[in-house]
Amino acid sequence: MPDMNMIVCCKQVPDPEAPPSVFKVDTAANKLSLPPDMKPVVGQYDEFALEAALKIKDKAGGKITVLSLGNNIVRDVIKKTLAVGGDELILLEDDAFEEGDSWSIAYALAMAIKKVGEYDLIFCGRESSDWDAGQVGLGIAEILGIPAVTLARKVEVTDGKARIEQVVPDGYQVIEVNLPAVITVTSELGSLRYAALKGIMAAAKKQPTVWKPADIGLEPSQVGAAGRIAKLARLFQPVKEAKCEMIEGESPAEAGANLAVRLREAKIL
Amino acid sequence: MAEYKGVIVYGELIEGKLPSITTELLGGGRSLANELNEDLSCVLPSDAVGDGPKEAIAFGADRVYTVEDPSLKEYQGDAHIQVAEKLARETSPRIILMGQTSIGRDLAPRLAFRLKTGLSTDCIDLSIDPETKLVQQTKPVYGGNAQAIFTCDIMPQIVTIRAKAMSPIERDGSRKGEVIPMKIEMDTSAIRTKIVEKVREKVAGLKLEDAPAIVSGGRGIGSPEPFKTTLKELADLLHGAVGATRPPADHGWVPEAMHIGLTGKIVAPDLYIAIAISGASQHIAGCSGSKTLIAINKDPEANIFREAAFGVIGRYEEVVPAFTQKLHDLLAK
Repeated sequence: MPDMNMIVCCKQVPDPEAPPSVFKVDTAANKLSLPPDMKPVVGQYDEFALEAALKIKDKAGGKITVLSLGNNIVRDVIKKTLAVGGDELILLEDDAFEEGDSWSIAYALAMAIKKVGEYDLIFCGRESSDWDAGQVGLGIAEILGIPAVTLARKVEVTDGKARIEQVVPDGYQVIEVNLPAVITVTSELGSLRYAALKGIMAAAKKQPTVWKPADIGLEPSQVGAAGRIAKLARLFQPVKEAKCEMIEGESPAEAGANLAVRLREAKIL
Repeated sequence: MAEYKGVIVYGELIEGKLPSITTELLGGGRSLANELNEDLSCVLPSDAVGDGPKEAIAFGADRVYTVEDPSLKEYQGDAHIQVAEKLARETSPRIILMGQTSIGRDLAPRLAFRLKTGLSTDCIDLSIDPETKLVQQTKPVYGGNAQAIFTCDIMPQIVTIRAKAMSPIERDGSRKGEVIPMKIEMDTSAIRTKIVEKVREKVAGLKLEDAPAIVSGGRGIGSPEPFKTTLKELADLLHGAVGATRPPADHGWVPEAMHIGLTGKIVAPDLYIAIAISGASQHIAGCSGSKTLIAINKDPEANIFREAAFGVIGRYEEVVPAFTQKLHDLLAK
């Protein structure tokens, strides 16, 4: 079997694990306003997608091309994908790519994948960790006219076919699909491996390829905010009334017992 | 150009029955249709629809399209997209509603991209803008740390809706509606995936979605055992079920089917006891509909206390057994 050509789509996002208090909305601009010192991360589901590709490369060899679309992509952050074993990094980076929706992002990624040319497997996270939409992987498959399997927790390749364990509500099912195919990956696949020092050093020396809209045959009007289908009318944070009644006691055990008494009193139990 | 009218619910059938998500969509769709003064339809694609059409009408549909074909028995995107696309092109609905379920998550994006229209997934609220007649689609974003309202002026407008976000109308067996069997020549050569094996991971006891009380554990539980002992004993006393946040499921301490949150199950029990759970927005997204939330955590700064009605600060190993014991005594009286 010839070596697999794999493409992994990775997005730079605000750290979703950051404490909820740092997420503030600038309602006038309809934008998130984050502390300037907050470092972005590679989307958590995209990391699982990259790990899926690395597992295949461990076994069967192959080439992993990482694609990332955005603007002001922090090199230190995105180069993690090379440090753990990605072979090539292509950034779709331009002002014009800002504020896209699922449609304009999937379209640009699909055009970039066409330009890369050779691909057997395209991996995406099940959803991004910013807009939580879960559309781009399936969109790429529709635009390229290739099959897609969502919510993979394990991916193996044999005889030109991918064998995927797909998470379903009461367990999982094994799906076979011919290549090329798009696979979206969920957290059960397992965390991205740590980068070895050697990998970090090698990644530091590599320069990503940067493509502008024209490089993938698109006008600025077809990408980012200008290429959107869904309009963002408003971004806001619902007001929460914090009113937790704390139950105390001489010891944690006594507090536990007092909680039972209080819940009976309040007729909750 | 076709005139786009009406609301269509893409229904699901589980062993011949409408799951709660479909009756919730019919409830939500009914109010949108009433507001627009248009019809509510429901499509039921399956190998055999059984009582599905009758039930969909009893829960608010004016019209049910049935599509029966062996290739629709088990959900496969490449099969169901053929039904969804044909229905959308032939009936020109203004709005298509799907559940934010494993089916809706897989099918809705395929349909939106094929029709070149917009989609908002995981919506928790829909309303009609009185001027433009467009649907205002509210969905949590940034893992639940903010919410966005989207609109789309390309028809049909497609949304998927989170479980428990809408309420079914009261079942009325005397409601009248039309059942239209649709003949679709399924192209089996376009089904490019094959299901070769199904593995069910059994979760003992009550289904989480049906449990009146849930005792849920987070990363702070630290190992698999307490889910089977400390948490289970409390859940049993409450006639409820045990749940978990994402890390215990990812670490394999509990089966994925017990994962509650943005990418797991969405629950809304009367009582939710969050034990050693920090309260990440992604988890809150799965349990914020609970009537009473109780938090037990050793960290007084934990975000979960912002969500809870009652809280206890302390190590769960000490708090929970004492709570269970006292509750056992009180309930026995």
